[in-house]
Amino acid sequence: MKITRFQKKILIVLLVLCLMTPVGILLPAYFNAGDAWGEWSAQTMKEMIGYVPAGLAKYSDEYIAPMSDYTVNKEDTSVVHQSGYYIVSGILGATLTYVALLLISGLIIRHE
Amino acid sequence: MHIPDGYLSPQTYIPLFGIFVPFAAVAVKKVKEEVSSRDIPYLGMAGAFSFIIMMFNLPVPGGTTGHAVGAAVIAILLGPWAATIAVSVALIIQALVFGDGGITAIGANCFNMAVFMPFTAYYIFKLFSVNPERKTRSYFASFFSGYVSLVLAAILTAVELGIQPLIASTPNGKALYCPYDLSVAVPAMALGHMLIFGFFEGIITAIIISYVLKNEPDLIYALRKEARK
Repeated sequence: MKITRFQKKILIVLLVLCLMTPVGILLPAYFNAGDAWGEWSAQTMKEMIGYVPAGLAKYSDEYIAPMSDYTVNKEDTSVVHQSGYYIVSGILGATLTYVALLLISGLIIRHE
Repeated sequence: MHIPDGYLSPQTYIPLFGIFVPFAAVAVKKVKEEVSSRDIPYLGMAGAFSFIIMMFNLPVPGGTTGHAVGAAVIAILLGPWAATIAVSVALIIQALVFGDGGITAIGANCFNMAVFMPFTAYYIFKLFSVNPERKTRSYFASFFSGYVSLVLAAILTAVELGIQPLIASTPNGKALYCPYDLSVAVPAMALGHMLIFGFFEGIITAIIISYVLKNEPDLIYALRKEARK
């Protein structure tokens, strides 16, 4: 598969965006903004309404993702470390998405 | 907008999964017809872009956070069906690897952000009957396409969450899943997206479409003559 100059440019922009992703944790922290609406953990829900809905309690821990919350260590309070984990997550996730899409479209698209 | 596990009842997430699957199947068929093999890298880059842009959490000062999805710009550039595939793959990897969005909610999240949003964005853009010569018009068409489609997708998500107290509660009135009803969920989701996140989606859509219009205008699916409807 050949990559054109324009496509190469896009890939570089995507890489730069990956390096900028910590903005996505620093900016909310600076403005004292918390979770996205409707994406609270069971723990946070308990603090908000006084109990954990039974369905949430049952489902929320059933699947634990390998890099949950785009980090490898939730306990680490260092902003620099978390920014680093976030960048790594971005590069890894974007690469996985890119490769998965090339494989899927390679299988389904046959014509020039 | 990534609904986690435990917020939707099975009566909600199973039908939404059931709606998403046929859309995905048609998307595969359409992409096979519409996308040529030399454009495959664009599909991969589109998915990667969506993945990354969703990591840019923006704050409502003192409140919640939200983000753009990138589905609007992808729908205009590569077509709504290609956007369905690209954004779905990003969402599925976010759920499986990063725990962003639940496993049980994959159908719901894909339907909201990878089907509903790109189609809404695409048809809003088409409403403006953009002519590549008229740069300002295409700039605004792109902005509105991104802004409105993100806000509507957020409201759809809020409706799915907000109907949970009606569907599933314990006999003593405690919620089983999302505890907030429509009167709380819809305004909360709509406001953040109308005031902040929608603008970001609109601006990135407008900037990217303007850039591509200037440099690679033939790439834009929504402006091709053969693009149906």
